[in-house]
Amino acid sequence: MSTTRGNGASPAATVILLLGAAYCLVPVLWVLVASSKSLDELFSTFTFAPSTHLLDNLAELSAYRDGLYWRWMANTALYAGVGALASTLVSAMAGFALAKYEFPGKKSVFNLVLSGVLVPGVILAIPQYLLLAEAGLTNTYWSVLLPSVISPYGIYLCRIFAAAAVPSEVLEAARIDGAGDWRSFARVALPMMRSGLVTVFLFQFVAIWNNFMLPYIMLGDDHLYPITVGLNGLLNQGANQPAMYTSVITGSLVSIVPLIALFLTLQRYWRVDLAAGAVKA
Amino acid sequence: MLARARAPYAFLAPALVLFAAFLAAPILYTAYLSLWKVKVSGLGLGPDARTEVWAGLGQYADALSEPDFLASVGRVALYGLIVVPVMLGGALLFALLLDAGRTRIGPFARISIFLPYAVPAVVASLLWGFLYLPRVSPFVWVLEHSGIGAPNLFSSQLVLYAVANVAIWGGTGFNMIVIYTALRAIPSELSESARIDGASELQIALRVKVPIVRPSLIMTFVFSLIATLQVFAEPMNLKPLSNTISTTWSPLMTVYRDAFTRNDIHSAAATSIIIAVATFALSFGFLKLVGNRAFGQES
Repeated sequence: MSTTRGNGASPAATVILLLGAAYCLVPVLWVLVASSKSLDELFSTFTFAPSTHLLDNLAELSAYRDGLYWRWMANTALYAGVGALASTLVSAMAGFALAKYEFPGKKSVFNLVLSGVLVPGVILAIPQYLLLAEAGLTNTYWSVLLPSVISPYGIYLCRIFAAAAVPSEVLEAARIDGAGDWRSFARVALPMMRSGLVTVFLFQFVAIWNNFMLPYIMLGDDHLYPITVGLNGLLNQGANQPAMYTSVITGSLVSIVPLIALFLTLQRYWRVDLAAGAVKA
Repeated sequence: MLARARAPYAFLAPALVLFAAFLAAPILYTAYLSLWKVKVSGLGLGPDARTEVWAGLGQYADALSEPDFLASVGRVALYGLIVVPVMLGGALLFALLLDAGRTRIGPFARISIFLPYAVPAVVASLLWGFLYLPRVSPFVWVLEHSGIGAPNLFSSQLVLYAVANVAIWGGTGFNMIVIYTALRAIPSELSESARIDGASELQIALRVKVPIVRPSLIMTFVFSLIATLQVFAEPMNLKPLSNTISTTWSPLMTVYRDAFTRNDIHSAAATSIIIAVATFALSFGFLKLVGNRAFGQES
């Protein structure tokens, strides 16, 4: 969309935005600098004075319990990647059904989804743990993956995307050509919803990647930890063994590199319009 | 619209099964657990020493009279009063400035301010935690070298603001993007005609743009409120660096302690329900207050 902008530059606007950007960048710049310091330097040299120990710190981090850190990174990628992919598919199917079919109970299902959006996770975590414990699934990959797949908000968004992007005439034409419901969904609707689905995927990917409470409660074996729970463990050790702090700091830096890279490459998909349906209504 | 009988249910089946297993069942189970308590007989040893007995609303009465829990509720109320307005005010201000387009640093500022969304709350707490430590902090260094003397951000008076800052840092950019996306969808003719009528940029922002993006503002408010009342990761990860954050600092930390440290799941369940009901009441109350159509309308 081309918008005619206000005329002329405003120094006040530039200053305010620069201050906002500086506030947001300072901790990231700090961790970049701090990762290059040895333990002594961390507490002795000026905070933003870089040093030369980045590679040493990385080697030390990698050596920690035979590369446990990298296992946490791989676990996180698995939880976020598989969880978000499954979540997107489940949400797309449900959103498509809610947008494109008339059926008894549709309104109740939709109201259920909406109330699900407002459910605070707090009342879920502990009973989810207890119920999964009954099923013998706590302390497994499943205990973190399965609860991450259901996303009422993802379903809500997918319903909006399906309603907006998939014309009913196209589905009707597919049906006349002999395509079944699944085929119409997979071959016709999904490609039309694609850019919306990328947004839902990213949204869920970041939510799982950043999640702390669910894996913290579900997992006991540190070989299954995602990076958030792993770093929390390292930090707690650091309270007794300050030598761990360089690993905590270097680990923090390495852990945010993949998501930042993902953000910069997929910028155009970050158009999260929470109230998209309402704007059109 | 298509009208074949079984297909929509088949498409909905995976979502409904997962919804039942991981949302509905846990909620019902929590409500059930909250009505019971463990009765310990004798010394609490042996297999039959712990029995579950009906407690009715007793757990709720206990939770609501526990000083630690009430203190955590008060703390989080104040925390929310700081975090939500500052975060959303900042997000709206930045979004309006970016949308007005009167600066050359727009793309740089947008990406920089959005960047913290890519940083997990655990890592954000860790980074800020080190930046608060007097021996590491550049702020302390600057203040001390300028002779002012620096406050201890981990002191019991200031730690609330220290935690709030982590949440504000982490949430402003995401909310900014949400509001900015809504602003970009406003047809430019509206601002143009207001400008021709002699409206200033500020008037255009407040009288034209803000009312149009109201639904987005309402949604960001509700989601921020829900997230704020459940604050957990930030205090849990600042805790190892400070001794002013107790194990019952936030209501959710109290729930965690009751369930996993004290092994009292019934009390934890009652506390969870109280927090959830309060959150629901606040979100719905707010949506009703603003006469919401943002959410839940049939289009």
